[in-house]
Order: sequence, then C-alpha cells, then structure tokens
Amino acid sequence: MDQTLTELGETIAGALPGAVTGFTVALGELTIHAEAADIVKVLTTLRDDPRFLFVNFTDLAGVDYPKRPKRFDVVWHLLSPKFNRRIRIKVQTDEATPVPSTIGVFPASNWFEREAYDLYGILFSGHPDLRRILTDYGFEGHPLRKDFPLTGFVEVRYDDEQKRVIYEPVRLTQEFRQFDFLSPWEGTDYVLPGDEKAQ
Amino acid sequence: MAEQSVRNFSINFGPQHPAAHGVLRLVLELDGEVVERVDPHIGLLHRGTEKLIEAKTYIQALPYFDRLDYVAPMNQEHAYCLAVEKLLGIEVPKRAQLIRVLYSEIGRLLSHLLNVTTQAMDVGALTPPLWGFEEREKLMIFYEHASGSRMHAAYFRPGGVRLDLAPKLLDDIWNFCDPFLKVLDDLDELVMGNRIFKQRNVDIGVIPLDECWAWGFSGVMVRGSGAAWDLRKAQPYECYEELEFDIPVGKNGDNYDRQLIRMEEMRQSVRIMKQCLERLRSPGGQGPVQTDDGKIAPPRRGEMKRSMEALIHHFKLYTEGFHVPEGDVYAAVEAPKGEFGVYLVSDGTNKPYRCKIRAPGFAHLQAMDHMNRGHMLADVSAILGSLDIVFGEVDR
Repeated sequence: MDQTLTELGETIAGALPGAVTGFTVALGELTIHAEAADIVKVLTTLRDDPRFLFVNFTDLAGVDYPKRPKRFDVVWHLLSPKFNRRIRIKVQTDEATPVPSTIGVFPASNWFEREAYDLYGILFSGHPDLRRILTDYGFEGHPLRKDFPLTGFVEVRYDDEQKRVIYEPVRLTQEFRQFDFLSPWEGTDYVLPGDEKAQ
Repeated sequence: MAEQSVRNFSINFGPQHPAAHGVLRLVLELDGEVVERVDPHIGLLHRGTEKLIEAKTYIQALPYFDRLDYVAPMNQEHAYCLAVEKLLGIEVPKRAQLIRVLYSEIGRLLSHLLNVTTQAMDVGALTPPLWGFEEREKLMIFYEHASGSRMHAAYFRPGGVRLDLAPKLLDDIWNFCDPFLKVLDDLDELVMGNRIFKQRNVDIGVIPLDECWAWGFSGVMVRGSGAAWDLRKAQPYECYEELEFDIPVGKNGDNYDRQLIRMEEMRQSVRIMKQCLERLRSPGGQGPVQTDDGKIAPPRRGEMKRSMEALIHHFKLYTEGFHVPEGDVYAAVEAPKGEFGVYLVSDGTNKPYRCKIRAPGFAHLQAMDHMNRGHMLADVSAILGSLDIVFGEVDR
C-alpha cells in the first residue's frame, strides 16, 4: 500500500517539476506539497493525466497555524474513481497573498473557496463571487482563525422597542471556562511553579 | 402589436418554505416561468460546529456529529470514529463492527424513508410521508433501546460502541425486517408507480456522470448517473467486505432514477441488517464491544465500583481525555446522502487541532444553479428534493 503510494508520489513529483515541492506518505495516505502559485497546473495535471485521473473533487479545507510566517494551509482532497485512490494536496499562504482559484478545473471549488474565505480569510484570485457563505449577513472577522475567540464578539437578540433583531457586544454572565487538563508531566509549555529553582 | 417591456423576475424561495427542507433561502431569477439563475443562500443554521470541536476533547466532540445530518445521526459519528481510530491505530472488535454496520444501515433507512416520501410530498402527495414516518418511528425506537436517545445517540465511540445490545433488541430488529420489506413494496406501488410522481420526476434534473464528478458529487447522485461507485464496496471499512449486498445503479441521471435507487438501497440495507443480526447472534459474533485499550475506552461501571485503577482511568478519560498522536487523516463513510468525510488534524494533545467536516449535501446544493437552469419554477422543489439536503450538515 505505502509502496504504491510512494511510487505514485514520485511519478507526480516527476510530472510536475517545480510546482510540486515534495510528498509524504503517512497512515496510508499520500500528501503532495505544492507551490500555491502553481495550484491550477497541479490540479489540472492530476485531473487529466491518464496516469492519475483524479476527476472527483472531494474537499477543500483551510488550516490555521498562527505562528508560521505563512499561517494558512489550504488542503485539497481529490478522488480517482478509476484507480480507487485518494490524494491530498497542501499549499501554504498568508493573509495577504491570494491563492489562484481552481473553479476552472473543478466547478465544485466555488463554494468551498467561499467557505475558506469566510472562515479563515484566505483569498482566492480569479474567483467570480468571493462572498461570505456560512456566517451571518454583515458578519465581521474570520471565525475559524485560532485568534478568534470561541464566544465571538457580538450576540443578537430581539428588541421589543425597535421591533427588530439587534446586535450587541457579547456579555457573558459567567466567564468562559477553558480548563487546562494537560498533565503537567507531558505537553505543557509553561514552567511549573517551583521548577525555576532547579536551574 | 405594441412592443412590451419584458423584465426578469426575482423571487425569494424560503427560508420558511415546506419544500426547502429546512432553512434554505433561494434567490431565483425567472424569465416567465423558466429559471434563469439560482443563488442559494445558506448558513442560516450555521452553529460553528468545527470551531466548537477545536475547543473540546476527542470524546466531547463526538456528539456534535449527531447534530449534523440529524436524519441519520450515527453515520456521521461513524466517520469521526474512523478518523480518530486511524490516528490512534486501534482495531475495533468484531462485535462492535457488526453493531456499527447494523446501525449505519438503520440510519440509511431513516434517511431514505424521509427523502423518498417527502419527495412525494414536494410534488403533491400527502400519504407517503405518513407511511414513511410510521416506519421511522419504529427505527428510532431501536436507536433509543441501544443508546437511550431517539436521535442524538452518541453511541459510536472511538474504539467501539458504548454499550452492548440486548438479545431482545436483536429479536425486535429481526422481526422488523420482513414486514418492512412489505411496506417498501406498498410504497413502491403508491409512489414509484404513481403517474403524477413520474410526470414530475422523469427526465427532470438530468446530470451526466462527468459533471457529477467535477461538481464533487457522491453517493446516490453519482450512482443515479451510472457509476457503480459505493465506498462500502470500493473502499470497504468495518466488515462490509464480508457482507453480501448489491449496488443499484441508474441509467438516466434524473430525479426518478435517484429515487428508484434509494428504494432499492433500502432493500439492500435490510439484507445487510439481517446478515449482521445472524452474526451477532451466532457464537462467532460474541465478545467485547470496545477495544481493550484502557487508555482509550472507559471502564465499565461495575469495574469502577471495585477497582481503583478503573476509577482513576474513568476520571482521567472524562476530564483530560486521551491524547492522539500528531498527524492528519481523512476518513470517509458512505452516508445515506453521499460521501461524508472528516479531515482531522491532530497536534498530539487531547483536542483536535482542526476538524473539517466534508458534508455531501454542501457539494450537492452548490450545483443547484447548474442543474436548475432552463427548468420550470415548479421543478426547483423537485430537484431540491432529489438532492437529499439536510441543513444540519450543509451549514454545520
């Protein structure tokens, strides 16, 4: 299984020199790392080349890593029904650099790109209609970014005097409780009280 | 004859419309009665599931999946459990696999019964939904007997299922199967053979196979257009490869074919359920219903009364939860509506770093514009019905 995926990864990297920067095989899945600017070329080749035939668009997801200089991963999942294979393509981008839109390759990209824009603020150049899709009309911010608070910034209620729904800043009657359940022996990145004396 | 000024007409369909299957707002642009453009406005049921999951431990995140496609809750849990298990690298015991398959097929019945019969309602019939809901009621009671809840079960867990099934429940499900096939035959006569149902659905919403793939379709939508593609056969998970069932495939890719496929899939689901029940009652199907890894599966209540270790593990699992090794994984199941996938990114802690939910309805609904152009206004609700949309999963 992993052997064939590695071979497939090598074939893809050979077919797209420069555009594909590398690949990894983990947990029985093949991930292709590509340059954001060349994504249209990569997806077109993966769709049309008779060796690959990834004709089914499965998914597009954004992932946020705020500590990286290029903070966003954009992740495509494609499926080849002919060869019964899946593939994942990853590119990196930041808040200002747009990724070329892939609507020309897969019309299904449309809403998925709108969703990534709505939730992460990832920009797609050449998208005909980059509107918000899941959040409210007039929503501000990109809620799935790691620096966006879980409780959000505004809440709505029906105001009986104005006879309409109004937006107000979130007021929590109880502080949102985020417990630190991580065991102090593993996984924490702070210094335990008293440990500084050991230095 | 005097020249008349003609202009296109825009109407709002929904968000409160019985044929919108939930909270869908469609902005339709009409030329007379012909649809020129469809702009679906979704997100009215957006609850931020993916954001909430990032703030919860792996076990706490599970019940959110019931609330996505609330017509077939356990199928969604299944995809999430498969993703977590793949990252953890654990095996699910045989009996738990059989129970999962059994309940996934019950979920398929729940979903298809609702869709086929409400499709009949969308085109004007009233009796079929009443018949369908009578059967759904029985199936929901099976859900309740297994998990204590009629809809939001939280029954599949990473590593197995929460509790074993009672022998009496297995008998009850067995006794449901054969009479249900009779109900399907009745529904076939009532709905599928109906002249009005055919007039409204045959040759409506036709989509060729290559467009299906490009638009990200899956499940019944590609099978209706002629692809014998089913994840249960193509990429078998759990014990589907040991079970015998057939994949119905359509020829014309229209609304009517899709509904015929759903009817036949229900028959196949009953076939799978009976095989599962036979195995669950045979000696080979006995055994534990959760993995024996005590760091992932919580201890039984009885053990906690006597064993200190069990009590400690129970406490740790329900506060800190288990840690999942770093990595990312995509797991998909053949949910009743199509390929339901979970893309899970783990950073090695007790909470998912990112959990992207790939809902089949999202891809299907975005093709509304493509499929409706040139159709009549009355076909909009028929096409929408045949896509099998549930807003819990589209809006997330």
